[in-house]
Amino acid sequence: MKLKVKEEQCSGCNVCRVVCTLQNFGAVQPSQALLRIKGRFPEPGTYQIAYCNQCGDCADACPEDAIKEKNGEYNIDYDLCTQCLLCVDSCPLEVMVVTEAGYPAKCTGCGKCVKLCPRQAVLADRDARGS
Amino acid sequence: MLYGYAGKILKIDLSSGKHSIENTPQKLAEEYLGGRGFVARLLYDMIEPGIDPLGPKNVVVIATGPLSGHLLPGSGKTHFGALSPATGGYGDSNLGGHFGPNLKYAGYDCLILTGAADRLSTLVIDNDKIEIFAEDKLQGRGAIEAEKDLKDRLGEEFQILTIGPAGENRVVYACISHDFGRQAGRTGVAAVLGSKNIKAIAVRGSGNIPVFNPKAAQKKGEEMYKVCFSKPGFKTWTPYGTASITGWANEVGAFPTRNFQTSYADFHHKINGQAIIDRLLVTDKGCFGCPTPCGKYGYTKTAVGSAYVEGPEYESIATLGGSCCLEEIEEVAYANYVCDQLGLDTISAGVVVSFAMECFEKGVLSAEDAGREISFGSLEDVVYLLEKIAAREGIGAILADGVKTAAAAFEGGSEKYAIHVKGLEWSGYECRNAPGMMLSYMTADVGAHHNRSWALGYDVSQSDADVSELIEAGAGGPMEISSPDGKVDHVISMQHSRPLYDTLGICRLQTMEIGFETIHYEEVFELIAGRKITWQEMLFISERIWQLTRQFNVKHIEGFGRSWDYPPERFMEEPVASGPNKGRFIERKILDNMLDEYYEKRGWDENGVPKPETLAYFRLV
Repeated sequence: MKLKVKEEQCSGCNVCRVVCTLQNFGAVQPSQALLRIKGRFPEPGTYQIAYCNQCGDCADACPEDAIKEKNGEYNIDYDLCTQCLLCVDSCPLEVMVVTEAGYPAKCTGCGKCVKLCPRQAVLADRDARGS
Repeated sequence: MLYGYAGKILKIDLSSGKHSIENTPQKLAEEYLGGRGFVARLLYDMIEPGIDPLGPKNVVVIATGPLSGHLLPGSGKTHFGALSPATGGYGDSNLGGHFGPNLKYAGYDCLILTGAADRLSTLVIDNDKIEIFAEDKLQGRGAIEAEKDLKDRLGEEFQILTIGPAGENRVVYACISHDFGRQAGRTGVAAVLGSKNIKAIAVRGSGNIPVFNPKAAQKKGEEMYKVCFSKPGFKTWTPYGTASITGWANEVGAFPTRNFQTSYADFHHKINGQAIIDRLLVTDKGCFGCPTPCGKYGYTKTAVGSAYVEGPEYESIATLGGSCCLEEIEEVAYANYVCDQLGLDTISAGVVVSFAMECFEKGVLSAEDAGREISFGSLEDVVYLLEKIAAREGIGAILADGVKTAAAAFEGGSEKYAIHVKGLEWSGYECRNAPGMMLSYMTADVGAHHNRSWALGYDVSQSDADVSELIEAGAGGPMEISSPDGKVDHVISMQHSRPLYDTLGICRLQTMEIGFETIHYEEVFELIAGRKITWQEMLFISERIWQLTRQFNVKHIEGFGRSWDYPPERFMEEPVASGPNKGRFIERKILDNMLDEYYEKRGWDENGVPKPETLAYFRLV
């Protein structure tokens, strides 16, 4: 599932980030979430959501060709990954993380954030290929 | 392994700057759960009788609950407590936002502050790195400004608590501010932080919280959100938040107006939830994990000034709008903003300002006393008084100690206009036709605060309807006289159920406002913590905490007892001036009967002191 956002709907509750880490890492640990929310307060009173838009920069940066595109989504093949983390450094939106074991992690398009967002601020991009 | 908890308690002696970390005791977790339970037990054990609440021997406890920071609705709550400088007894307060979850991600269930720093300081908890640094540049700065400054310096991922000038100057109803608009407002814990020279506390938490069965807890958490989404109140209540009750409070004659001279404001439709949406709203702003954000962040423009501000919440509408008679939502919001920057609890500050206005109206205070003429309905006068209070200048030096102390200083019959219980100003519900709500205020451990038992809905409807249902039903015609029968049991029950949310570290609004069922918390607790405890068993723990906070007051307030449990004379002798309850009040003998019944059911003696066998039953001795 490719994501899109409506930032004006976001209330900054971070439910998306908690469910993201439970789904992907089995942990309650929002600092490892694969999307980020920044509140811009006291003014102008808005939220910015940084999320993986499947741009593919991580795949371009990978020297092992371990990040592959399928139906518009990029996923890491951990059998090929050498933990060089060049992909993490290359992410223009800074929404990749390094796991406790030292591997890179990126949005897998699981869609849990979409299902649980109380505000419909994180959405499935139905127009995108493979969604 | 203490599943669900971070597992550690961080204790900092501000006098020496040294800290220690200990395991969260399993016995404490089992007998007191967390949050309010930890605050009450630790304060009871650590604070010696006879100390100055604003001296270095007071202790501040900041505690999360076992459900704080997890995947479930409203899991962003944090509890704060200290010996209250407002009442001299048990003091606590609670806020949402994101601080508590991040304290747990940093590894701590609870933070204990003792001693006092030698100069104004910021405490930074960056996971396992603890640092205290001097904060001269933030001296006198507004609470919101200080938070912005620290966010810019430390980084977006830090969650920050600040106090404003009111806390620095030890105004006894100073509040702790967080997340640009969330406050732990009541009982003056911020004044205690000010007395300890702590301007701010910042936390960054990068770790995780151990969960007994992560997969099942995730599934249950997801289900809980979906249940919230399915409630009718999710769509009808959320857009307006707590302000949605403004109209209903007026329809039933419970809206404090003109310093509680009456209980109905004919301008209420100009300061309600719809007015916020139409005239202020920029964005809804939710606390951590919240599906129903009551935070309404907006922009207000008035002749006195303009500002971005979160709120006003219902309580601020009631005290600054109703009690001070600010008739436009922009004015209420601006007064709210001034309180937020100065670091003043909008509830107490609104009631203190309206008290001063009535004292002036009745001739107790002269223009010379007040520094100028002051009158109800003037935003300029409200802002003038708030600034004087925060700076402890002129009349503000007296008002900064609250209405009880100020009335003793002003004399001239002004105690009639001092609306408080135990020295804590009355919050946003007038109850001269609501004996259950009146008893709730009378017997709340911290003083006149509504959140321990909100029995008003029961007084009006004789049912357990949630707030969105009450609003939907409306007053249903002229108000009948509310009977005291059966109210004591209801109040006691609510005094266990509502504080339980503060104990678990979650928000009660999903249950109270949109009817979310408590069985879900019981189920998710077992999956997170790995042990079964029923809601009924949790209520027993909440009752234990209630007994403990009462005993705390007995221990710390000289002569504490029945005489501390009465409302102001106004509510027992003076008829409501106008509105649906015009002419009504509750005679003292009715309240006496209710207190007798309440004490008996609580296991307290006729003076309201817990009997030895009661303390033994709850394992408090």
